[in-house]
Amino acid sequence: MTTYIGAATSRVDGRAKVTGAAKYAAEFDAPGLAHGSVVTSTISKGRIARIDAAEARSVPGVLAVFTHTDRPPMPSEDSAYKDDVAPEGSPFRPLYDDVVRFNNQPVALVVAEEAEVARFAASLVRVEYQQEPHATDLHHQRQAANALDGHASEQNPFLPPKPRGSAQQAFAAAPVRHAGEYSTPIEHHNPMELYASTVVPEPDGTLTVYDKTQGVQNVQRYVAGVLQMSPEKIRVVSHFVGGAFGSGLRPQYQVVLAALAARTLNRPVRVVLTRQQMYALGFRPAMIQQIELGVSGKGALDAITHDAATVTSRHEIFHRQETGWSGLLYASPNASYHHRVAPLDLPTPCDMRAPSAATAVYALEAAMDELAVALKLDPVELRLRCYSERDQHFDRPYSSKGLRECYRQGAAAFGWDRRSPEPRSMRDGTDLVGWGMATGVWEALQVPIAVRIVLTGNGHAEVACATSDIGTGTYTIMAQVAADMLGLPLDNITIKLGDSTLPQSPVEGGSWIAASVANGIATTARVVRDELLALAKRMTDCPLADAAPDDVALADGKLVSRHDASRAVSIIDAMRYGGVDRLEQEETTKFEDSGAHAHNTHSAIFAEVKVDEELGVIRVTRVVSAVAAGRILNAKTAASQISGGVVWGIGMALHEETLIDHTFGRVMNANIAEYHVPVNADVHDVQVIFVDGKDDEINPLGIKGLGEIGIVGVAAAIANAVYHATGKRVRDLPITLDKLR
Amino acid sequence: MIGFAYARAHDVADAVRQIAAQPGARFIAGGTNLVDLMKYEVERPARLIDISRLPLRNVEETGGGLRIGALVPNSDLAYHPLVAQRYPLLASAILAGASAQLRNMASTGGNLLQRTRCYYFYDVATPCNKRAPGSGCSAINGLNRMHAILGTSDTCIATHPSDMCVALAALDATVHVTGPAGERTIAFAEFHRLPGDTPQLDSNLAPNEIITAIQLPPQGFVRNYSYLKIRDRLSYAFALVSVAAALELDGDTIKEARLALGGVAHKPWRVVVAEDALRGAKADRASFGHAADIVLRDAKGFAHNAFKLDLARRAIVRAFSQAAAGTPQSQSSKKIA
Repeated sequence: MTTYIGAATSRVDGRAKVTGAAKYAAEFDAPGLAHGSVVTSTISKGRIARIDAAEARSVPGVLAVFTHTDRPPMPSEDSAYKDDVAPEGSPFRPLYDDVVRFNNQPVALVVAEEAEVARFAASLVRVEYQQEPHATDLHHQRQAANALDGHASEQNPFLPPKPRGSAQQAFAAAPVRHAGEYSTPIEHHNPMELYASTVVPEPDGTLTVYDKTQGVQNVQRYVAGVLQMSPEKIRVVSHFVGGAFGSGLRPQYQVVLAALAARTLNRPVRVVLTRQQMYALGFRPAMIQQIELGVSGKGALDAITHDAATVTSRHEIFHRQETGWSGLLYASPNASYHHRVAPLDLPTPCDMRAPSAATAVYALEAAMDELAVALKLDPVELRLRCYSERDQHFDRPYSSKGLRECYRQGAAAFGWDRRSPEPRSMRDGTDLVGWGMATGVWEALQVPIAVRIVLTGNGHAEVACATSDIGTGTYTIMAQVAADMLGLPLDNITIKLGDSTLPQSPVEGGSWIAASVANGIATTARVVRDELLALAKRMTDCPLADAAPDDVALADGKLVSRHDASRAVSIIDAMRYGGVDRLEQEETTKFEDSGAHAHNTHSAIFAEVKVDEELGVIRVTRVVSAVAAGRILNAKTAASQISGGVVWGIGMALHEETLIDHTFGRVMNANIAEYHVPVNADVHDVQVIFVDGKDDEINPLGIKGLGEIGIVGVAAAIANAVYHATGKRVRDLPITLDKLR
Repeated sequence: MIGFAYARAHDVADAVRQIAAQPGARFIAGGTNLVDLMKYEVERPARLIDISRLPLRNVEETGGGLRIGALVPNSDLAYHPLVAQRYPLLASAILAGASAQLRNMASTGGNLLQRTRCYYFYDVATPCNKRAPGSGCSAINGLNRMHAILGTSDTCIATHPSDMCVALAALDATVHVTGPAGERTIAFAEFHRLPGDTPQLDSNLAPNEIITAIQLPPQGFVRNYSYLKIRDRLSYAFALVSVAAALELDGDTIKEARLALGGVAHKPWRVVVAEDALRGAKADRASFGHAADIVLRDAKGFAHNAFKLDLARRAIVRAFSQAAAGTPQSQSSKKIA
């Protein structure tokens, strides 16, 4: 019985956010709070020869200056610094040694009574370096990149998939083919909220850590490792996150600095990074992709080759399965994949919204558009010809796949049938008009999760889980699901999350939390129902006396027989007669996956651009995104999530690029005035469609998740529209107007 | 950010007295650029002298023209009825710049004195002759896509970032200043400098002088004008190229023309010889193209900004075409007319 699931419900935390009642990591106060300011390196590689902090220390109000030579002991083994989602390699350790591994690396922390004093004193710390030659440019280092050996497996899903057939031969024999190289730059997440930690030593020797993170328990374990403390003595709180987009999956270095300082000084310490310092955290790796597509005589794909080169740091090997999306998305008897990773003198890259898919599917879908041109075929028609009915990597069916419906409904809403296929054939005054489309794909993942429900005798419930709400609406969908599962009004539900003392949750990422936590709530609610039924049965003449638990639902504040709605007991009565005024249950939900089905979400994106013919100015005037992502929990927050992905896709196509001066190895546009993301003027008509995505196989509630899918394919749809408008194919993002000349 | 003292000036004379009294002091009005520069430690003023309450907020008609107080906020100026009606080119240029919030804070005088947006100028870890004279120019062989193509020197290829100043250059404004030696006026064309060997100097404002007003001459080009700004996103980005174009027409013959460019040089780039060439010519694309060729005759691109030569030519032709047609670029709709 659902009342709330699916409804366009406004955010339950919306009021707290817009009134300022919602507190973020840098807003927690504590008596005696001290403030840390970070000093960062000005070289990209080398050693710190000397740090002179005498002048900084002499500033009145300065409490301490921490450097690699002046810090409390830190563990020497990598394992102490490994967080739950760390890649292979040696994690970065702030202030550990004299080695400079990347530019803008933290080299000192100044702690003072006031934030301004700390920042001033930080400007007085003098650092001398022994500089060594560095390399930061993937385009110069692609030959030095290391090939990833082996193929994807359960244990190592991020290796390229096993090839099938012989893509090389099939490509050589193909009567129609396309080969192209596509390049995407380093991008940064640029969440509004700066990374910050406020660490409070408690009288009992424990630490309370207010942190900006996508995983409080990940930070808890990580800080415990670095500080060599028992995890139980560390509580990490992150009730609200002002955007993270993957940058908060791994703990960031300011939490280490704040924790070291707080413990050493035995007083609360807050460290907030500056916007510039945020550009020395993780990033979306730059990528060079070569794609070869061959078409058989029957006019469908016969060969796919997808080669990628990406960026990592010298100390860790970060990569995702960048190349497999092509052979997953389209049916082709022959497919091969290669992935090389170039270690550069940069911080370790990290996940950023739809990691690997956002970039890989851009290249694939731009290449498919070029192939459609070569075939003189409508781009949608080409994709339908190559539609994969089965996951070809593992030769298994999808639990559900609504992509065909995405194409159909998206094209209809956009008016795709009115497209004139020739480039430069559509006009609006001085503008060339271009229509492009692309496909999006992501995984529907689920993770083990624990949910606690506390029901009180007044018919209110508190639902708790240590997951995060990174702004996507987790609070709201949890409340909706709990209200339906417990048969209570939405207002009677209180959600607790973002606290490491709550029931176990992995990091919030990969679009897996909505499905996981919603089904987790359903599991625990079922146990709550069972207990309520047992209590109800203590009533004399209980109308549900002989009802089995699964014959009873919770609805409208009552236990109700599924067979006879007149047989019901109110929850309040059940608890009263059962003699309890509080009921608590906690269950862990695991998602058994036999591997029999592939779980994916899909989308079709249609974009219109208008390009001023004389000046090259590009406007994205219309986007339709049709998404198949299982059951939609909240039509409003879900649409916001997809619209946000479309906006980001506009940025990826036209604006976003982290500019590194490779002579210095420094990010030169390290602020959000010069690092361009779309502004309101860049965003026009965005229409989101959810196609019916019923999936009874994936999990009891049929949820697939939507965090990532919104961005996938958008950049390609826009790039393809720009080609259609101008006849000019730009194969390196972002498409700035100078590239159209 | 470093520590600084703060004082408030009571009147213009007091402001001049205070700034002369302490080397390294800076005036602050809206602070929209200076505060950022202080956070980056590019500016390290020992003392800030707050001039924001000085009585320099009036817009008055004088001698057929307009006298604009140096502290009139950019927003107020853009929407001032006399400016909107008589100098729509200026209003349009102001609204093409920054964001509503920044325009609310930024002052007229401060707009003239904003510093370049060259990446290297803002990063104290890199050489920059403008910030640290003699340290070298990182942009010449670095990331110079945003940089100048006209009037550059071997020491600096930075651009002046203002939109408002491009219109003021085209309108032939005059800058009123007061200093220890008294009051004087500076023609707008003489106000900003080319980098030459002294790129650290953006303007010809003498030490300890304060801008008190901007004088606009009577001619406002109400009918035929356009401010066309080309940038990497449709709002809140500095110009790759911008063009202030204004015409006085007699039928389709040009009686008078004004042309200034932004985003291409160390100063708003007004080219009088190109204006002269347009006088008496037919208001058509051929004439505009000829004027553009004159403007760009000595233009020189660098590794990443050579596209600006062609873009500037096209933008000049387009802006004049918009002006001639009486269809100026709208700063709210981003559609180019």
